[in-house]
Amino acid sequence: MVEQLSVFLQNESGRLAQMCRTLGDAGHSMHVLMVADTSEYGVARVLCDRPHSARRALEASGFAVSITRVVAVEVPDRPGGLADVLELLGSEGINVEYMYCFVRPGAELAVDIFRVENPDRATEVLTAAGIGTVRAPSLYDIDAG
Amino acid sequence: MESMPREALDALQLDSLRTTLQRVYEAVPLYRAKFDSAGFDPVSVTSLDDLADIPFTVKDDLRSAYPFGMFAVPRRDIVRVHASSGTTGQITVVGYTAGDIAMWGDMMARTLAAGGAGPDDIVQIAYGYGLFTGGLGVHYGSERLGALTIPISGGNTKRQVQIMADFGVTVLACTPSYALYVAETAAEMGIDVRELPLRLGFFGAEPWSDNMRLQIEAALGITAMDIYGLSEVLGPGVAFECKEHHGLHVNEDAFLIEIVDQDTLRPVEDGLVGEVVFTTLAKEGIPVVRYRTRDISRIVTGTCACGRTFRRMERVFGRTDDMLIIRGVNVFPSQIEQVLAGIPGVAPHYQVVLSRTGSLDSVEVHVEISPDLEFDEIRELEGLQRRVRADIESALAVSIAVRLVEPKSIQRSEGKAKRVVDLRGQGEA
Repeated sequence: MVEQLSVFLQNESGRLAQMCRTLGDAGHSMHVLMVADTSEYGVARVLCDRPHSARRALEASGFAVSITRVVAVEVPDRPGGLADVLELLGSEGINVEYMYCFVRPGAELAVDIFRVENPDRATEVLTAAGIGTVRAPSLYDIDAG
Repeated sequence: MESMPREALDALQLDSLRTTLQRVYEAVPLYRAKFDSAGFDPVSVTSLDDLADIPFTVKDDLRSAYPFGMFAVPRRDIVRVHASSGTTGQITVVGYTAGDIAMWGDMMARTLAAGGAGPDDIVQIAYGYGLFTGGLGVHYGSERLGALTIPISGGNTKRQVQIMADFGVTVLACTPSYALYVAETAAEMGIDVRELPLRLGFFGAEPWSDNMRLQIEAALGITAMDIYGLSEVLGPGVAFECKEHHGLHVNEDAFLIEIVDQDTLRPVEDGLVGEVVFTTLAKEGIPVVRYRTRDISRIVTGTCACGRTFRRMERVFGRTDDMLIIRGVNVFPSQIEQVLAGIPGVAPHYQVVLSRTGSLDSVEVHVEISPDLEFDEIRELEGLQRRVRADIESALAVSIAVRLVEPKSIQRSEGKAKRVVDLRGQGEA
């Protein structure tokens, strides 16, 4: 299972930069950053090294932070690869709230991150269908809560 | 005194009222002119019901007498002055004789004792000291009570927390918004106030709600008591809560309370809401007659289970001058706070921003999300925003916009919180 930081950012110029600087100063390398925004605020979703320590660093600097468990999947690189995964989840009644994808340096396949209501069940369903999920240590340095 | 039979109390009040009226008529030109022009003869008062015929005193009367024109005794008999802030204009000065200072200490000691404080307590007074009556007012009451008194005043919150922990403080006195700020600061310092000996708090000087009381009690691990007072009448010590937490007993041996209709200014029946009016019965330096406080409250009817006969006023809902008129609807910021304190996921820190688009007032309430809110999806935040908006709208009966902001992004106050930013009339689009 992968732990993603969600950071509440009010719509204020420089706020995203402050978040990145806080993580940088605390020595946390970011691997993925995705920002969902509204007209008034945004939520930055971050995969970074040692997420629990990163959360503490951000909170100490006044950010509101949650840790969300998400599912990471290496999607087969062929036409319809992602559709297969989504249809499988859909047929099991698992809703995808949102997703994003990224490529790890040197890796052949892209990694897709799925935010679902019940990540444990999604992992079971995918594993049973022979679609392996990616474990956290291969994405970032893990730490304990 | 607090439990004396009602008839005896009424007789005492009438007697003191007659004395006060005659004294101000003789000693204060402003009252002489006021009474004469209203055709009111101070000797004519034979019943407390005659009060309704006496002219009111308003804040502007005190301002116009700046600095010493309200003194009812020779200047040499005044031993202390305080002043209320001049944010809305000329400051107003109040003077106290040695007798007033002693009486004030008694009233405030009574307030602290009714809340459960005693000589064994260590009292941290984080109200501002100086011209503001909060700090020194509570101070003399605490010493009169025999408690160990820490005159730390407001500000330097980390030091407040350190001293609270190091000295084993048991009682905190400050504004309710500052109490929450102290709890936040302690948490940042890694100190859990609930683990400290602190057990009791006395909070006043700004309107607050029962929900905020619960939050303060939970955050600090204490019992929170509401106190009421205003410098023009005395300072803190005018009315106090007993352990029943069901309204504030007015120190009726020293103050006469009336509630008047906001429009007609006629006294209303007990239980009805209106502006609070006080007449001092025991003050020497600056007695006031029917002073309009601009505070909105009502008399709590019935007798209190604690056995005191002093009548109770309900917690102040708001002030007539804090009252916002939004598209014709009267709104008190404390109503917004009451709503926020009941919604998980948001903090009771808010700011109301008023602006005008064309001829229409628009209201945006900025609300801090709570630091421990678990959020990730935009729709969760939007749901929270909609709930805050719906709850405020149903409480205020006026439509508003809500903006969620980051924790601690709204400026904290060490004194009275600034809840309203009014941009109307500043010519913006």
